[in-house]
Amino acid sequence: MHNKTLAQLSHALHAKEISSVELTQHFLNRISRFDEQLNSFITVTPERALEQARAADQRLQSGTAGFLTGIPLAQKDIFCTLGVKTSCGSKMLDNFISPYNATTVEKLDAAGMVMLGKTNMDEFAMGSSNETSFYGAVKNPWDLKAVPGGSSGGSAAAVAARLAPVATGTDTGGSIRQPAALCGITGIKPTYGRVSRYGMIAFASSLDQGGPMTRNAEDAAYLLKEMAGFDLRDSTSVDSPVPDYVASLNDSLEGLRIGLPKEFFSKDLNSEMAQTLETAIKELEKLGAIVKEVSLPNSHLAIPVYYVVAPAECSSNLSRFDGVRFGYRCENPKDLSDLYKRSRGEGFGSEVKRRIMIGTYALSAGYYDAYYLKAQQIRRLISEDYKKAFEEVDIIAAPTSPTPAFNLGEKTDDPVTMYLSDIYTIAVNLAGIPALSMPAGFINQRPVGLQLMGNYFSEAKLLNVAHRFQKETDWHLQTPNGF
Amino acid sequence: MEWETVIGLEIHAQLATKSKIFSGASTAYGALPNTQACTVDLGFPGVLPVLNSEAVRMACKFGLAIGAGISSRSVFARKNYFYPDLPKGYQISQYELPIVQKGQLDIEVEGEIKTIGITRAHLEEDAGKSLHEDFHGMSGIDLNRAGTPLIEIVSEPDMRSAKEAIAYMKKIHALVKYLEICDGNMQEGSFRCDANVSVRRKGESKFGTRAELKNLNSFRFVEKAINIEVERQIDLLESGKQVIQETRLYDPDKNETRSMRSKEEANDYRYFPDPDLLPVILDENFLAQVKTTLPELPDAKKQRFISQYGLSTYDAEFLTDTRDLATYFEKVVETLKADPKLAANWVMGDLSSFLNKQNLEISQSPVSAEMLAGMLGKILDNTISGKIAKQIFEAMWNGEGTAEQIIEKQGLKQVTDTSAIETLIDEIIAQYPQQLADYRSGKDKLFGFFVGQAMKASKGKANPTQLNDLLKKKLA
Repeated sequence: MHNKTLAQLSHALHAKEISSVELTQHFLNRISRFDEQLNSFITVTPERALEQARAADQRLQSGTAGFLTGIPLAQKDIFCTLGVKTSCGSKMLDNFISPYNATTVEKLDAAGMVMLGKTNMDEFAMGSSNETSFYGAVKNPWDLKAVPGGSSGGSAAAVAARLAPVATGTDTGGSIRQPAALCGITGIKPTYGRVSRYGMIAFASSLDQGGPMTRNAEDAAYLLKEMAGFDLRDSTSVDSPVPDYVASLNDSLEGLRIGLPKEFFSKDLNSEMAQTLETAIKELEKLGAIVKEVSLPNSHLAIPVYYVVAPAECSSNLSRFDGVRFGYRCENPKDLSDLYKRSRGEGFGSEVKRRIMIGTYALSAGYYDAYYLKAQQIRRLISEDYKKAFEEVDIIAAPTSPTPAFNLGEKTDDPVTMYLSDIYTIAVNLAGIPALSMPAGFINQRPVGLQLMGNYFSEAKLLNVAHRFQKETDWHLQTPNGF
Repeated sequence: MEWETVIGLEIHAQLATKSKIFSGASTAYGALPNTQACTVDLGFPGVLPVLNSEAVRMACKFGLAIGAGISSRSVFARKNYFYPDLPKGYQISQYELPIVQKGQLDIEVEGEIKTIGITRAHLEEDAGKSLHEDFHGMSGIDLNRAGTPLIEIVSEPDMRSAKEAIAYMKKIHALVKYLEICDGNMQEGSFRCDANVSVRRKGESKFGTRAELKNLNSFRFVEKAINIEVERQIDLLESGKQVIQETRLYDPDKNETRSMRSKEEANDYRYFPDPDLLPVILDENFLAQVKTTLPELPDAKKQRFISQYGLSTYDAEFLTDTRDLATYFEKVVETLKADPKLAANWVMGDLSSFLNKQNLEISQSPVSAEMLAGMLGKILDNTISGKIAKQIFEAMWNGEGTAEQIIEKQGLKQVTDTSAIETLIDEIIAQYPQQLADYRSGKDKLFGFFVGQAMKASKGKANPTQLNDLLKKKLA
């Protein structure tokens, strides 16, 4: 049952081959059986889940069920969930029970989906290995010595190990795509503004975007269709109709122009990775795609720009965690200043503090122009690069991550090396365009992802290409041993 | 040594929107602490601000009223600092691109008209309140006010005395009330002011070092605080010391200013554009539409009152002080259809003094404009005298009915029947033969005595003009 895709499960539910309660119980059982090894969930919510499952079964009985009704899912612990602990992977919010639902939670609840629980993540989504979580690292189901990637590492590991059919993630600099690649699943970061950020705890507001993490592109299309849409409560969400991502999945790729940025396929890319991706791209050529080289001349500036913009925004976004109204408060503060310093000092982990420090510095009087303003200018250049490239090609293919999953602890002492693991994903967030990662092979039994980037609001095209690829390949059908 | 004072004001006016600037919570004053703060106002994780278009509209009204440019694109920025009554750890304000650009306002002090420059006005959210009393050594936080829309109006350093500062502040106060964008209530903090004050030697072109004065929540305090601060700065400079740039708090109990924080201790606010909000883009159509909602402004109204009603400058200024008062006056004139000067005298005289005595606004007056006009009509058609009118006005004020009803009930109708007045005069003359003889022998002053006696005998109801004429004839 757990090997079925979302689409298959929906058919089974509608055909009454299984009830949502049975399905939900099955996944809850798998979580209790396997998650001790993976640590992919921070909170499991069996009671809430079974209640939703019972309601879903009623809808299925009465014929008012939608396609997603009764399907279990896991929500990243960054989405505020009414009455449920929403920790964002931090000690700061270990005691935080959200008094409201994020739009994503509200929408998926309304669709009749069943939330199994909240998945582990890097603290406040800051990390590329899921090792900064207050709740401990998540293990990669393909190799328990390896990281699952981050920051949506819990969601990626849970879907890969089939502890949940699908999950949500968020992506500020690669946090959906990189863990999707490292865990061998499909994940899409939509166009900035496509999915509401309301109730999604902010890391870097101008970059954050929620999206689905699934076993294949078809499931992602179903889930994204439900998550996407304008939200009055998010001024940066975009008021344009949501296309039927499922309807175009089988469109022909004949004549599709795929650009390969020469900056990404340079000699810096390790040869095994290059070979694996080349093979995958050949597969797309067989489907009728035409491949040509493009240039993204400013892509080497993406990491430095990102590490000014994202920390700057986070330094301000995280000011609200002050020990006054909610979240962690230190014991016996002497005075106001002591309350602030110790609550924040004790409540935040070191990576979060590092970024708050960098961001505060970048915004300081006398440095603002040289850092933040300059970074914003370069950000526009990076967007221009993509705009130009999309005049020549329909989509761009790139590695998702420079390497397959690395080992736990391998990069924790060296933040800059850790930051470089997002070198191929970050520019997409700076430009605000959509991109997905799909399974494209293995190196040393660890999954490899191919990234597909598209122009604004081209999610349907990206999912179409991924789906056609997945009809010809079986990388996405591989499952890790032992789960 | 002659010194010159230089003053610039930063006025914060709370906009009279129903809901907050970035959330749907109510802005009503006086609710129980923390009952009008939603998750957005409380800065909960994950919440996002959504701009209240009514606040934008009100800011535009203000800008248009001071002849300022309205930015076609303005940007909200975050002002970052930590304080318990600032839930998000930043205030959403406008920094580099405010919604209202340069404008100006004329003030009048001791007969002289002076133009004061307004540098800018921008939209921002208010913080909550910290309550330091009654919490056993702790502080209480009330976040009801957090997120209330404010417009911050920044003047040029164009004022040269506390009097000018007050005139400017009162002018802005009247304007925002006219525009109905702020209730102007200073006790409730709807209208607040900080003053930047410096002094320099007369004739010098460079500004002196300034101090920013906070906590000026009445016109009187602004005046007192500025004067006391100017004295302090002059004393410092004259004794060879320096003024340091700092923020000072005015203490009305001790009538002194004292240092809050120096420039060095000032926060680095780390302003940057708020990524949660899109730039505010305003087009010509929108502004044209807002323009149609602008009322007649105080200065224009004053000029019109002078030319249309033949009022003195003083009267016109008095009557246009608030929009409600001007409307009241015009309604009286409109109903009366005659003698605007009589209407002005009554509105400015008896009505205002009754309102003042009971501390009421014109809108709360128990005597409506129609009632007052009804009574004035009775004066004009000689039904009553001005003196009796005062009695009737008081009765109307006390809720005894309209002038007509009171005249009827109390029999206050003026006596205009010549024979009745003659009879009255004859009786008085007969009563005072000695005074009559004295008058006739040249003591002209005694005429007043006879008028008084006759009026008294008529219980004030005799028509004064008729009485005078007839008396003159009879005494001759």
